[in-house]
Amino acid sequence: MTALADMTDTGKLATYNFAYLDEQTKRMIRRAILKGIAIPGYQVPFASREMPMPYGWGTGGVQVTAAIIGPDDVLKVIDQGADDTTNAVSIRAFFAKTAGVETTTATAEASIIQTRHRIPEMPLTEGQVLVYQVPIPEPLRFLEPRETETRKMHALEEYGLMHVKLYEDIARNGHIATTYAYPVKVEGRYVMDPSPTPKFDNPKMHRSEALQLFGAGREKRIYAIPPHTEVVSLDFEDHPFEVQHFDQPCALCGGEQVYLDEVVLDDRGGRMFVCSDTDHCENRCAAGHRGELAGDDLFDGKDKGVETEAST
Amino acid sequence: MSTAELMETVQPGVDDQAEAALLKVEGLTRVYGDRIGCADVSFSVWPGEVLAIVGESGSGKTTLLNCISSRLTPTCGTVHYRSGDGVSSDIFKMSEANRRRLMRTDWGFVHQNPIDGLRMTVSAGANVGERLMAVGDRHYGNIRQTAIEWLGRVEIDADRIDDQPRAFSGGMRQRLQIARNLVTGPRLVFMDEPTGGLDVSVQARLLDLLRGLVSDLGLAVIVVTHDLAVARLLSDRMIVMKQGRVIEAGLTDRLLDDPRAPYTQLLVSSILQV
Amino acid sequence: MYVAVKGGEAAIANAHKLLAARRRGDRQVPALTLEQIAGQLALAVDRVMGEGSLYDPELAALAVKQARGDLIEAVFLLRAYRTTLPRFGHSEPVDTGKMVVERRISAVYKDLPGGQLLGPTFDYTHRLLDPDLAGDQPCEPPAAETDSGEPITRVSDILSSEGLIEDDPVSDPSAPVADITRNPTEYPMGRDGRLQTLARGDEGFLLALAYSTQRGYARSHPFVGEIRIGEVDVEVMMPELGFAVTIGRIKLTECQMVNQFKGSSKAPPQFTRGYGLVFGQAERKAMAMSLCDRALRATELGEDIVAPAQDEEFVLSHCDNVQATGFVEHLKLPHYVDFQAELDLVRRMRAEHAAREDADGFQTGDTREAAE
Repeated sequence: MTALADMTDTGKLATYNFAYLDEQTKRMIRRAILKGIAIPGYQVPFASREMPMPYGWGTGGVQVTAAIIGPDDVLKVIDQGADDTTNAVSIRAFFAKTAGVETTTATAEASIIQTRHRIPEMPLTEGQVLVYQVPIPEPLRFLEPRETETRKMHALEEYGLMHVKLYEDIARNGHIATTYAYPVKVEGRYVMDPSPTPKFDNPKMHRSEALQLFGAGREKRIYAIPPHTEVVSLDFEDHPFEVQHFDQPCALCGGEQVYLDEVVLDDRGGRMFVCSDTDHCENRCAAGHRGELAGDDLFDGKDKGVETEAST
Repeated sequence: MSTAELMETVQPGVDDQAEAALLKVEGLTRVYGDRIGCADVSFSVWPGEVLAIVGESGSGKTTLLNCISSRLTPTCGTVHYRSGDGVSSDIFKMSEANRRRLMRTDWGFVHQNPIDGLRMTVSAGANVGERLMAVGDRHYGNIRQTAIEWLGRVEIDADRIDDQPRAFSGGMRQRLQIARNLVTGPRLVFMDEPTGGLDVSVQARLLDLLRGLVSDLGLAVIVVTHDLAVARLLSDRMIVMKQGRVIEAGLTDRLLDDPRAPYTQLLVSSILQV
Repeated sequence: MYVAVKGGEAAIANAHKLLAARRRGDRQVPALTLEQIAGQLALAVDRVMGEGSLYDPELAALAVKQARGDLIEAVFLLRAYRTTLPRFGHSEPVDTGKMVVERRISAVYKDLPGGQLLGPTFDYTHRLLDPDLAGDQPCEPPAAETDSGEPITRVSDILSSEGLIEDDPVSDPSAPVADITRNPTEYPMGRDGRLQTLARGDEGFLLALAYSTQRGYARSHPFVGEIRIGEVDVEVMMPELGFAVTIGRIKLTECQMVNQFKGSSKAPPQFTRGYGLVFGQAERKAMAMSLCDRALRATELGEDIVAPAQDEEFVLSHCDNVQATGFVEHLKLPHYVDFQAELDLVRRMRAEHAAREDADGFQTGDTREAAE
């Protein structure tokens, strides 16, 4: 009863520790992060807390970000590559409220980027931290559901089963049919799940200048790739790893060698392909690049779109 | 008969004396509470030799097989394995990593029920290729070629390579399990009633195949069976077990022609009548 | 249109306003008070406290109200609040032997010291909808309580005095107390961690598993040794004082399940225990928990693991409804980046498939039909 009195009388729930988590919890998470950095690709168990957002919606990434963020940090949050998808908006608002930090949508300006399912197109640089939200951290999970067994397989470096899966893909389809969450080997030792990013993004992890941290809240695991670490996608010598290729450039900015989202324009098969990384696309447009559908009218429509959506 | 005496009779011919034993079992005992699984078992197996462990069900032969293949920890006793580099070590003092590596490279294990030894939901090719990939083979074409060759050696048509073992008959599954074990060229294979669940005609064909493979590859095999016919066809030497203890051991021909222990005489007479 | 995903911020704000309006419902009807919820929907509040792992009826009532009666959402609200609270320490083990009982029944003895006390139970009510309850009819006062205040001996203590049931494990008072909210989950888990996990586990999930053990999936021949519901003192050791002081009183439901055990080479035949302890009045949950606890002791008791209810990793990693609901519901978050990758692959594979069939000389018309 007193708790409610506290909440209502003093507005206690309206005030939080900096970045929501208490300092003890942050220390615990930082220790897990440090251990993860020391053993690249190894999944460190940590005492994940309940967060005021559902498990599976980025609680791992949020806890990692909360543990490392400081008042001088500039935070960017993306979901599917975009800064303004609802969950990205929600998480960014969470930190703006609980940590009061500056937020940005510009990749280059951010010191911490929390992401779900994408790595920004622009190469990250020294000093930046990329925080991944991870649903299932265990790359062997769908081959072996038992945690006790998968931990043993990692410890003994028994990864034959992983290639059995790739073998089956090729035997059945003629090529490896894994398109996202494509397993990688980190620094020649641990096989790691890169979170459900498309395999298009895997090469960006290799020897990245940025620190890459992975948080899985529900599964209570943290792992890391320190800067300049070797990250190799699993493959066969005669069926080498390759990324997706798109037949056309971005319809808005004309960008090539970028990951594109397919947008359905009508119910008669009309499609357009546009950058999944919205910041990258906007930068290119601002620099004067134009794709085939990027008339000025489209950019007018963009603002209207906001209002239309907001009024629903 | 004491263990020392048994060891005497188990020694193979003079020619092989010079070579060190591949597997050396000493004083192996496994108890379950008050009940004895197997007690004070000692023997050695030399490279290229087939040893049959025979006895009726409940005689402790499967417990013994599980202990010497490190699948079960014995209550006391040691099992030394001499690896390819000539170093002999106690398998229960090895790290788990080394032991598991041994099990997927130097050793094979053929289960009575192929379901226990196969991945039923991946293709025959992947079943055969798994051990190759586990030891670092990373060339799909080569793995597949090797798998096709091995399917041929166990008389499975190459066009079944992408089928799952679920679609195979019992005899085919057992042959697939054998191929899966032999693909990495193991030095020692454990077999637990390999013909157990099969029809008589299928058994005969499988035994024939096994005998050919064992002699072609120069494999050392320890085969557990209740069937003296299997022991006669496959093995060079035999151990007869009763109530967890070894009661007679010796060359298979000698033992079947001239069984000494009354229990062995009973076993032999019963099988010869069939 | 490409811009359709834009404007998330305003859309979220509008959605939340709509949620608040729907929650309030018809403005002509007075708003529910927390007292009404805590008093008249007490079992819902108890469930939220139990699975939310926080004993506070008023906050739980608030959570029920805020969640519009969605109890899993309410559990989630309470958990998210609980996680921000400082942790001062842990209490002494509560002594359910000293419980002031409101209900106490045993299925293994007809009569026993302390007697059978039905208490406020749905048992033996005829499940006929009562139109009187639609209004605010006067309610007959219950018979005056005859509680002597004397402690009532636990049935398990009666059995253990004869050695018929295994002893409660003696815990080392200096050993650290497991805390599943502060330590990462690692399997196999100790029984303390297991019981904590079950105590906050989803009632429906545990109920289904418990039911499965009765239907032969790891049958353990259970008897309800005792169910007791009532209040116990919570004591905390004060290092400055050197003794424990009572800091409050909580209502608990305890279930001691008595199960057959045939003995082993090491232990003589005796009954074994399954244990359930839950906040508030939550009899179904406590019973389900005790059946699951017993099933999960398979390894310890040398039983074969043949059924889901015995599989520690399976049961414990799936019984938390906050985790489960989060992960199931996250599927509604955008996944179009991954879906794009899959679209690309499926199109490519379909093209390859069609090319192969063409090359094989099949009629294209037939193959398309077969593929679709």
